[in-house]
Amino acid sequence: MITFDQVTKTFPGGNVAVDDLSLELPTGQITVFVGPSGCGKTTSLRMINRTIEPTSGTISIDGEDVSTQDAALLRRKIGYVIQHAGLFPHRTVVDNIATVPFLNGVNKKQAREEAVQLLARVGLDESMANRYPTQLSGGQQQRVGVARALAADPPVMLMDEPFSAVDPIVRDGLQKEFLRLQAELGKTIAFVTHDIDEAIKLGDTVAIFRVGGHLAQVGSPQELLDNPADEFVADFVGRDRGFRGLSFVTADKLEVEPVRAYVDRATGARLVLDDGGRPQGWRFEETGSPQPLAGTFTVEDNLRLVTDLAISSPAGAAVRVDHDGVADGVVAHEAIARHLTAMRRESER
Amino acid sequence: MLNYFGYLFDGANWQLSGDSSIPERLAQHVGYTLAALALAALIALPLGLLIGHTNRGAFIAIGLGNLGRSLPTFGLVLLLVVYLGVYIWPVLLALIVLAIPPILAQTYAAIRSVDPAAVDAAVGMGMRPLQVLFQAEVPMALPLIIGGLRNALLQVCATATIAAYASFGGLGRLLIDGLNRNQYDQVLAGAVLVAALAIALDYISALIERVVVSPGVRERGSRRSRRSRSAARTQSRTEESAVSTSR
Amino acid sequence: MITYLQNNYPEILSDLVQHLWLALIPIVVGAALSLPLGYLAVRIPSLYQPVVNVGAVLYSIPSLALFLMIPVIIGVGYLSPLNVLIGLSLYTLALLGRTVADALISVQGETTQAAQALGYRPLRQLLGVELPMAAPVLFAGLRVATVANISLVSVGALVGSGGLGDLFTGGFQLGFVEPIIIGIVLSMLLAGVCDVGLVLLQRRLTPWTRVGGRA
Repeated sequence: MITFDQVTKTFPGGNVAVDDLSLELPTGQITVFVGPSGCGKTTSLRMINRTIEPTSGTISIDGEDVSTQDAALLRRKIGYVIQHAGLFPHRTVVDNIATVPFLNGVNKKQAREEAVQLLARVGLDESMANRYPTQLSGGQQQRVGVARALAADPPVMLMDEPFSAVDPIVRDGLQKEFLRLQAELGKTIAFVTHDIDEAIKLGDTVAIFRVGGHLAQVGSPQELLDNPADEFVADFVGRDRGFRGLSFVTADKLEVEPVRAYVDRATGARLVLDDGGRPQGWRFEETGSPQPLAGTFTVEDNLRLVTDLAISSPAGAAVRVDHDGVADGVVAHEAIARHLTAMRRESER
Repeated sequence: MLNYFGYLFDGANWQLSGDSSIPERLAQHVGYTLAALALAALIALPLGLLIGHTNRGAFIAIGLGNLGRSLPTFGLVLLLVVYLGVYIWPVLLALIVLAIPPILAQTYAAIRSVDPAAVDAAVGMGMRPLQVLFQAEVPMALPLIIGGLRNALLQVCATATIAAYASFGGLGRLLIDGLNRNQYDQVLAGAVLVAALAIALDYISALIERVVVSPGVRERGSRRSRRSRSAARTQSRTEESAVSTSR
Repeated sequence: MITYLQNNYPEILSDLVQHLWLALIPIVVGAALSLPLGYLAVRIPSLYQPVVNVGAVLYSIPSLALFLMIPVIIGVGYLSPLNVLIGLSLYTLALLGRTVADALISVQGETTQAAQALGYRPLRQLLGVELPMAAPVLFAGLRVATVANISLVSVGALVGSGGLGDLFTGGFQLGFVEPIIIGIVLSMLLAGVCDVGLVLLQRRLTPWTRVGGRA
């Protein structure tokens, strides 16, 4: 657990970057600091590993005040991932990853072997091991940066906009892998981003900062979407809170209609399956050739995805598949709307 | 025309033992050049690293760099010899003094030009200041640092040539003596040898640079990467690459 | 020192003047030639590396050696001022050729693509768009080359065209420090004045770089 206790940071010149911040970051969870430029989120993050020192107040990790520890040794126990990776261009990927073990005096051969294992963990091929950072793409460099932070198996990780500098498709992949990794490792993570969508996607707890270093609201993403504390938070979270909130509802309770008999009432379209029962497309009576699906969903997916699929579908319905990809249900967008209404009535009782 | 090459191809001049033979002069020239460079580097490198790493006293590095560039090398050599006597050490002193500014200025610029994200990562991961300097900053700054040393090398070599006027040894003697005695084959021999020496020294230092600098840091030769460099970086690179320009 | 100045004022002045044109003519010639050379090195990619390499080799040759090889190649006397002029022009060309090429490469991008799309022909684009954009880099190189040349002219004293270098050799032969010191000081002042002059010229020619950022 990381604890901020009335932490303030004033820079020379009078700028108050962080103002009387008191916050707890629960162990084993991802806490996201999010907010507009100049809100003090990065400053707060950097005070945890003392790359910036607070003007007043204390920060503790598991009860120990960080200011009482040797800064360099403290940092070696905290994973640090920054926006442009900051890899050492003069070292190979493996040696970059093994940086902290080297500093700690671990035997070089052993450290390198472990580093190669980490490569697989972050989704990189072993052949990258002896390449140099300049030979890697932005996304690959970022993965190496994460591996480097994990090398000494620190309980705490600090991540400063780690996925902001890559393009959206790569970013999406990195975020998914990051969540997978965290599910395996369970680190206590402080994560900074300016992107509220990323915060909602990744955070177990989200802390929204206001310009001037004040905490506007802290809570789970669901809480922030459902009950924004004030106008600033509501604005920052965005206008389509309702729609976004659907990402937290799974489709397991959604009723679906059987596949074989399904006919879209509006267009007369039928679902086309292959021999194995996998959906190929929608066949319309008029045109005759099947149009492809926008995608499929499983019971584990969320309602936001399902709604989007239904809206994008040429037949106005989303197709559910099981784990083998065999279609096992269809739901029209009207049915989704009815389900949402029923959910609302349910929660109002 | 053949007359011009008489000296160069006269075997007697290549005796290894002779006092004024070519090998002797060559050894002197190279020896003094390398000695002066080493001593200048001994002073300028640590100073440049310190100023670069702490970013305090930058004006010293930059100011000395500019000053050194505008100081006429010939004048300084002769000044010291007149003041201190016609010995070797005043000339060496001049060579060292002239080599310090370019090494200092370029080492400082090299450290400053290192990717700040990598330095931030180094500090954030738990490297102590000296570790940050030697495990992160220096390896990344190495091409430019060596560039500064190579520049200084050529400058010292050139100034040592001119110092022959002040009765210094080295290959410059061939030029000066040849001019004095109107022996133009000697002059040409001297000119060709000095030029060849300078080119050879530059080539060898380029090879050393190749060996010492990590492959991940080398200046890329491809046009595509050059295109992506901003004008500002090109400008600073121009200033850096010609920090020492006196030949 | 003051007496020396008073007694030898005319010679010092003529040395200074000689120094000035011995330094500036090669600058102008070298700079002028470096523009087409740099331009060609960019337009014809296979030319770039040779230009850089030849320039580097040329620039590594000590000045005295260069000054003394030129008479043999072009057949002028050893003591002709042409040696210094041609030698320094070659140095300037070696240095600035690469500067121009790199500068032109570095300004390629959105602006030049826009210019081309607007209908600029290559020469007009070079003169009206690319060179102005490359001006800061070019001037940086020019300043370096100028200061270097001013320092190198004094070596010409050994081949009969020394400008202020004559003060050095004269002082050395007589064992006087005054002329040497005066020569050094004047040489540095000259370098300083030229440097400032170039900065002012740059500011005059590129007013857009002086304007402050967005409010």
